[in-house]
Amino acid sequence: MNDLVRQLGLAQPQVSKHLRVLRDVGAVSVRGDGRQRLYRLNGHALKPIHDWVKEYERSWSERFDQLDVVLEDLKEKEEGNGSDE
Amino acid sequence: MAVTSSGTATVTLPSDEQILITREFDAPRQLVWKAWTTPKLVKRWWHANRGEMTVCEIDLRVGGTWRYVMVADGFGEVGFHGEYREIVPNERLVSTEVYEGIPDAEEHAAVDILTLTEVDGRTTLTILVEHPTKEGRDAHINSGMEDGMQDAMDLLEQVAVSLR
Repeated sequence: MNDLVRQLGLAQPQVSKHLRVLRDVGAVSVRGDGRQRLYRLNGHALKPIHDWVKEYERSWSERFDQLDVVLEDLKEKEEGNGSDE
Repeated sequence: MAVTSSGTATVTLPSDEQILITREFDAPRQLVWKAWTTPKLVKRWWHANRGEMTVCEIDLRVGGTWRYVMVADGFGEVGFHGEYREIVPNERLVSTEVYEGIPDAEEHAAVDILTLTEVDGRTTLTILVEHPTKEGRDAHINSGMEDGMQDAMDLLEQVAVSLR
């Protein structure tokens, strides 16, 4: 917890609140009690979110790869038209 | 013809309602703008290799509308439309976006903000998609995730790689 407070630069109550939400949804698990609490990131719970964004990213990447081809054509045409490029 | 891929798209979720897409292109921004706003050019890239774009209408003026329809492989017809809100040629384009495949589509319209910035002949493109609700945003990202579509895209990727 102290590590997180230091790294994030947030006040401890805020960090506690975030951690509580993350624990409620299963994104982190907690061990220990009282003064020393250790939080572990639950990668399995985060994977659907990761997959979800990655798939969206992949479709845009494919779209932009096609756009690269169109842009190459446009550049060639501009050069062919004797622009100062 | 050598086509250099300038990298992959980066997608982040800056807030609960937003999606931010970023990509750099090896071309000046007026060409990116042209490819983005000319129907016969949009038809060549927007399909993302996932089908054929059958409708591409662009009435590029404030208050003008756009509509894109694609017949996606193994998925059927998907349509999007919207209205242009703000146009700064070669620089910034703000429009609404409605995904026609969901109930009460108009109520879930997103606002898309496209920006183009050029440095040394290279253009960084960003699209900020702002949904009215988190649910709307999540549905948007999920729209490409249906069973079958996922498999089809995996296959497509394998085919694409084998063609290199």
